[in-house]
Amino acid sequence: MTKVLMKGNEAIGAAAIEAGCKYFFGYPITPQSELPEYMSKEMPKVGGVFLQAESEIAAINMVYGASGSGARVMTSSSSPGISLKQEGISYIAGAELPCVIVNIMRGGPGLGSIQPSQTDYFQATRGGGNGDYRLVVLAPANVQELVDLIIEGFDIADQYRNPVMILGDGMIGQMMEPVEFKQPKKRDLPEKDWATTGTKGKRKPNIINSLYLAAEELEEHNKKLQEKYKTIKENEVKVESYNIEDADIVIAAYGTTSRIAKTAITQLENEGYKVGLIRPITLWPFPYNEFNKIGDNCKGILTIEMNTGQMVDDVKIATKGRFPVEFYGRTGGMVPTPNEIVKKVKEIYGGEK
Amino acid sequence: MAVVFEKTKGLTDAQTHYCPGCTHGIVHRLVAESLEELGVLDEAIGVAPVGCSVLAYKYFNCDMHEAAHGRAPAVATGIKRVHPENFVFTYQGDGDLASIGTAEIVHAAHRGEKISTIFINNAIYGMTGGQMAPTTLIGQKATTAPYGRDKEHCGMPLKMAEMLATIDGAQFVERVAVNTPGNARKAKKAIKKCFQTQIEGKGFGIVEVLSTCPTNWGYTPVEALKWLEENMIPYYPLGNLRTPEEVE
Amino acid sequence: MEERIVVAGFGGQGVMAIGQLLTYAGMIEDKHVSWLPSYGPEMRGGTANCNVIVSDDAIGAPVIEEASAAIVMNKPSLDKFENNIVKDGKLFINSSLIEQKAEREDIDVYYIPANEIANELGNDKVANMVILGAYLEATKLVKQESVLEAFTKVFGENKAHLLPLNKEAIEKGAEAAKSQERVTM
Repeated sequence: MTKVLMKGNEAIGAAAIEAGCKYFFGYPITPQSELPEYMSKEMPKVGGVFLQAESEIAAINMVYGASGSGARVMTSSSSPGISLKQEGISYIAGAELPCVIVNIMRGGPGLGSIQPSQTDYFQATRGGGNGDYRLVVLAPANVQELVDLIIEGFDIADQYRNPVMILGDGMIGQMMEPVEFKQPKKRDLPEKDWATTGTKGKRKPNIINSLYLAAEELEEHNKKLQEKYKTIKENEVKVESYNIEDADIVIAAYGTTSRIAKTAITQLENEGYKVGLIRPITLWPFPYNEFNKIGDNCKGILTIEMNTGQMVDDVKIATKGRFPVEFYGRTGGMVPTPNEIVKKVKEIYGGEK
Repeated sequence: MAVVFEKTKGLTDAQTHYCPGCTHGIVHRLVAESLEELGVLDEAIGVAPVGCSVLAYKYFNCDMHEAAHGRAPAVATGIKRVHPENFVFTYQGDGDLASIGTAEIVHAAHRGEKISTIFINNAIYGMTGGQMAPTTLIGQKATTAPYGRDKEHCGMPLKMAEMLATIDGAQFVERVAVNTPGNARKAKKAIKKCFQTQIEGKGFGIVEVLSTCPTNWGYTPVEALKWLEENMIPYYPLGNLRTPEEVE
Repeated sequence: MEERIVVAGFGGQGVMAIGQLLTYAGMIEDKHVSWLPSYGPEMRGGTANCNVIVSDDAIGAPVIEEASAAIVMNKPSLDKFENNIVKDGKLFINSSLIEQKAEREDIDVYYIPANEIANELGNDKVANMVILGAYLEATKLVKQESVLEAFTKVFGENKAHLLPLNKEAIEKGAEAAKSQERVTM
């Protein structure tokens, strides 16, 4: 298939439709509104449904209903709207339903800004809603990867009966890059025999539920969830690494920040510095083991994020104290520049080489 | 021996958890019988709320979803949009529908969502232990209104049926009560008409059912029925507020 | 090779379109490309700009800190971006709307009367294509044919009838660049 130039937000919509998603429930919020707009235009053409809900809360609960009914379904929002969805996300995770949730992050807290940020890392990877649950969190760094992860995200969601979150930021949502639509490697997906479709008088009623009033039963349910999360951790980690075995400094960054880091690394290499990169593609499950591959001569890890330091906690867990872990971040919609990163790396080196 | 009465297939054999004298059981039966009699039980997908009827998914003998507090109409919307041929209903109480879920019920009605809602109004929060509801009457005591509901402090009780009847998409709206056998029969008629509205694709339908809560009102079951008649019906008049023509 | 272009002007001047055409044309020529717009309230009537990168290698940061070229369609854009251009970079100024001269002496500056040329062609709206033509002539970043091929991809087949006018605008812009006495050599 030939490449087309697409805006990130629209590419998400096209990818979802490519993945067989026929239902989209959303609510407008900058900087992701092109996605619901795109879906409102395209869904009727494929016999699907786009519905603008009265709120993000209603939208995620429509997703809960649609997913429980056996459909491939998606919703999207940006940071404050994702906060509103947390109730529904927790129910969906608790009831073990598949769906894809897109968060095109903007600056926070509160109403914040509309410019790109990565301030929802904790919310996405640690829960956000109530209870011991996990989302599979995918963090694309370019529009092609965004498309690939959306398509695969639906499969991951169906395979594990678990919500998948695509964590992007305003920049990847707004930018245009060439994309092509490819089907991912085929997964053996289970039948959705648990879905509510009406019994037709042929089977016992199916019940979609996350309520377990007996403590023993709820503990059993939680154990089952944790077993599932363990399997996901074993099978679904995605990470890109560059030159980490003999780097003096390793940068850890994800999403658009990792692209800025790459530009900085090229610049640093031209000046004779040995700088590696670990780019988590799955933020949960986090690629902890990748950090074991960093060579002993490494002087330190520099985590770069568009926040005040969130993923850096996972980097510290991953490095187990082997290396000093430094952090550099910008917030509020400010985007770190390659030169800022170059300067920070040189500081860790102890000044100009 | 001739069978003169059989439990409806619309209910499971599970024993309900409702308090003695609570009218939820009556309404469950009316809903279940209506599903069976209209021939939609095998196609039905119900949505249970948070509140006293939180376990309704154990009692209705059809596919069921448990929703978050107040969100049943949004969940039902998602289900109905995926399965427009199925029969989709919500069963909600007054805290669920008239307080935390007002946005969801108003907009499901506003969209003319082809779902049916059974709304139990017993003027109190039952499950959480007798707190004030938006439908609690003036002067009525509740655990969060120990001096009785005061209009100046928290406004007049909310009349959901009247409010929803102003919305174009709400094609069937009726308020009924289940305090007497006669009223229960009328309630069942209304529920069937409401369901028929969905079956015929006419739009959103809701039946508000005035119901008792002897436990939290602090009355015997019989006193509670009397209290409903003497206090609730005068403020919440029974009757049909809207019916689409063909469903008459 | 990595060309990093900032295109800026008022909303409605077609600066986003210039960027998208360059990006699409680059993709047609199998180069790595990215297009990043400014977005938000500033788009509503204020200045708009986009960052375009066309590269032989995979693109890192899509945000342009130091541009190899800038196309400015109005004065606020000149003020904002003149100092973001690298030494020996190129600056294209819409001299129809910008009276002032560039202050930098270490870059190549082209003064293109884009709106006047567009008006001569009978349509003020193609001013963006005029300055794009000048840019293509001066940088040879992508072929004119690739831009014309990109035209219907970006604007849709139903705008195909506007192709001849836009082609003419690009050519006039190219001529303007050719005849341009560059301020610094």
